[in-house]
Parts: sequence; structure tokens; C-alpha cells
Amino acid sequence: MIIYFDHSATTPVDEKVMKAMLPYFSNTFGNASSIHTFGQEALSGVDKARQQAADFLHCSVNEIVFTSGATESDNLAIKGFANALRKKGKQYKDMHMITSLVEHDAVLETFKELEKKGVSVTYIKVQKNGVVDLDDLQKVIKDNTVLVSIMWVNSEVGAIMPIREIGKTIKKINDKRESDWKKMRVSERGIKPEPIIFHTDATQAVNFLNCDVKWNYIDMLSMSGHKIYGPKGVGLLYKKQGVPLLSLQKGGHHENNLRSGTLNVTGIVGMGAALSLLGTGEMGEASEAQKNNNLKISKVRDYLAEKVLKNIPDAILNTDITNSTPSHAHFSLLGIEGESILLSLDLEGVAVSTGSACASGSLKPSHVLLAMGIAVEVAHNSVRITLGKNNTKAEVDKFIKALIPICERLRKMNPLYKK
Amino acid sequence: MSYSQKVLDHFKNPRNQGSLENADAVGEEGNPVCGDVMKMYLDIDKRKNNKGEDEEYIKDIKFETLGCAAAIAVSSALTEMAKGLSLTEALALKKDDIVDDLGGLPAPKVHCSMLGVDALHSAIKKYQLRIKN
Repeated sequence: MIIYFDHSATTPVDEKVMKAMLPYFSNTFGNASSIHTFGQEALSGVDKARQQAADFLHCSVNEIVFTSGATESDNLAIKGFANALRKKGKQYKDMHMITSLVEHDAVLETFKELEKKGVSVTYIKVQKNGVVDLDDLQKVIKDNTVLVSIMWVNSEVGAIMPIREIGKTIKKINDKRESDWKKMRVSERGIKPEPIIFHTDATQAVNFLNCDVKWNYIDMLSMSGHKIYGPKGVGLLYKKQGVPLLSLQKGGHHENNLRSGTLNVTGIVGMGAALSLLGTGEMGEASEAQKNNNLKISKVRDYLAEKVLKNIPDAILNTDITNSTPSHAHFSLLGIEGESILLSLDLEGVAVSTGSACASGSLKPSHVLLAMGIAVEVAHNSVRITLGKNNTKAEVDKFIKALIPICERLRKMNPLYKK
Repeated sequence: MSYSQKVLDHFKNPRNQGSLENADAVGEEGNPVCGDVMKMYLDIDKRKNNKGEDEEYIKDIKFETLGCAAAIAVSSALTEMAKGLSLTEALALKKDDIVDDLGGLPAPKVHCSMLGVDALHSAIKKYQLRIKN
């Protein structure tokens, strides 16, 4: 039996999603920008998907920009926004931006690029459970802060960030900035201050949480199709009406001139179908479909966490299951290097992931685990299990049965592990 | 580049894994902060070489390793190569000898082969220093 426990990396395309996509490969193959019937049929598939995305996010269809995935969306949101401010006359050196130490590289590397151009960036730390502290964030907001980008759910440990609270805090600051400005004499106040824009990479949140952008005070949101049982190579950026943004990729003026390139019709249709399967929740609550999945997955996850801690000595659960998505169970199995566990499990037909350096090609283990205060040598011992909607307790039993002798074998080999 | 079949074979069925209780020489390299630790145990004996002179050689060798699949495969392959070699021959082993023997290693993993050679050489050098004194 092959067991897939790596849903944070990617998910299989749902059969219903695939069914929705199939006609768009060769029957309805037109270019969605063409005026003729072929083009218009393809466009109607895109329009439907755009509506499905807007329904899920509780926004207008005009606020959706289709991209190639969350990495592109993050790049577009952060750099496109900085470029737009520059066009309005603000210099890089006058921009301050805030993000966290546990973001995905798509966000971190983008900020590093802006730093080189002169933007000042503050990377806030996280608490032991991987969650950003709202007070820490508030403390570093300055008069020249123009952007805050905080991921919704951490991809490694599954920690859920207080997105709505962050959004609310930023809105309050923006409201104050504006009212202070309005109180000043017209002759003295100069141009209206820029509000702080709040961006979130919601890639790992979409499956499990209500991502209502209004309820959560979000200005820009990135997501990807393949993490939600949709296809790879497609994602979107939600951009609230009025948020300044310039395209990074130039060309045929697609997507309101924000992202040129022939639309990936099959991918977009697939992502729309995947979002529609997730349903729409009201008042910040998860949808019925999400609730059902969440309950099912968390039962399997809690069972797995309990079994690992009971059957494997020196196992540490790094995921705070009181504040995480139901998918994640991240462990450190002391005295065993993560890649060795991953490969041994793979030989037994179980696919997992690790934050150990040996698996990443770099010399340092995962920046997320280090930011959580986990010691380097313990971070090397990490195994990430991310469950999906089709995993079962029977699979967990097989996994545990494989894991016990693997841990014994690898620990026996370790010269430092107490025997 | 992914792991060769030979690396996976050594990882699955490591040769000479374990320790030697009364080892004549022990060498250890790496540390858990880097993620890899290799320890080599050597039994050293004397024999006549083909010129009829006395020489010391590795009669038995065992390893213990904390690390990734490459680190374990390197340790295992190295013990196979080193077993039966004279100390002079063992000291001449280079990291590339192991990498070649394993059918190559992914670029970020080549440092593992260095660690194995270092552990073997450090065991022999410590032994030679002890005998000299």
C-alpha cells in the first residue's frame, strides 16, 4: 500500500475538478482573449472560475488576478506594490515593510530583493508555537510603513496566524492616519498619507479556513491551485479595488493589465472548480464542506499524533494542535536525521517530508523551526506529516508499524544516541 | 541528481554497522549541529607484506553514523573498502574513491564522503600516535 502524507507539498487533483477541466484541453481550446466563438467559450469557463474564486473570497470578480501560482502572486503583490508606490513618487528608501521570519521563501526572497533596492524590511519573530504575536507586530509599525505581509497558515508546522486581528489592527492605524491628516489645515497637511496595505499568503489556509477578505480586513491575498485538490501551475492574487499595483510581466495587457500572458484556461477552470467544492462560509466561519473535511482530517491527525508519541520514545510534537490546521503533525524524532527517516519510510511506501538540512541541499535546517526556537540539532531530526481529506486511520496504523523499526534501526546506528 | 542504486542499497543494508568492544582505534568526526556524526572502530593487526616486511592492517572495522542516507552509505562503503587494507593504504584513501565506488553522490552530499574519510584517518592517526609514544 502506498500512503501519501505530504499534502502540504501538493494534493491530488479531485476527480470532480479533473472532470471540469477535461473539455478545455481539446474541445474548448480557444484563447480566452479571442473574439470568435472558440475564444468566447474558453472565456466563459474563465468567467465562471473567476466567479467561483470571488464567491470563496467574498470579493468582486474584478479583484481577482489569475497567475501561475502562489509564488508569482507573492512576487506580484509585494514588488508590484512597491513599483506602484515608486510611480506615485515614493522612493524605495522611504518605504518600510513588515513580514515574519517564518514566511515561505516566495515572500522572504522577494523582500530580500526589495531590501537590496533600499526598502527597509522588519522581519518579526514568532512565538514557540510558530504564531506571530500581534503586540510584536504593532511595536514595529512606523509612520512610513506601507506594507505588512504575514502568511495565514505556516506550511511546515501548520500554525494559524491571527489574520483578522492583524487586519483589524492595521485598519485602525490607517483610519487614524487619515483622520489625523484630515484634522490638519489644508495648507499644511500635504498629500494624503498612504495607508498600510495588508497582504497574506493564504496558500495553506484555503482548504480549511474561511478566507473572506472583507471579514478579515485583507487587501491582497495569494493562493495556489494545487494545494486544494486543483491543478499545478495556476494561482491567483486577490487585490482589493484601489490598492496600487503594477504588473511585473509585460505583454498583451491581460488581467486588467496586471498579469500579461495567455490565460491558462484549463488550470483556471480547475482552480475554480476546486474552490467551488470548498464552498462558501459566512461570518468568518468555515463552510459546511470545510467543516466536514476538517473534522475528518483532525480525527486522523489526532490519532496519528497520539500513536507516534505513545510508540516512539523521544518524539516531540512541534505542531501546536490547539492552534493549527487539522492537516499538520510535525515531529522531531530525537537522534535520527530527518532525511534518513523520510527515505526509510519511502522504501516502505509512505511519503512524508522533513525540515532537515540534508533534504534541502543547504547546510541549515528549516528557517521556520529555528525561528520557533527549536535547537539546530533537533531541527535536523524533523519529520512533517500533512494529511489530506482521503487519509484514514488504517493508513496511520501502517505508518506506525513501519516507523517503529525504522526509528530503532537508525537510532542503533547513531553513535551519540543513548542505548 | 538523485541517489544511485548503490547508495540506496548501502542505506538499506549497511555493511559493518555497529561497534567493536575492544577496538584498537576509534575516530569520530562531525557534530549533531551540522546534522552528521560518523564514528569508526578499527581492529588492527600485524601481517607480512609481499616484501616479507611486517605491516599493520585493518583486520576489522565497524561504523556508527548519525546522518542522512548519503552519510550512512558513505560509512558503509568506506568500511568495505578499508577492511583488509594496510594502514598506509587506508591513509591514502580519498573522498573521491568513495564517491566513485558509490556511483556518484548528489553535489550537496559530497561533504558526507569527506566526513567518512576524516573519521577513518583520525582513528588511524590517533592509533599511530599512541603506539609511537
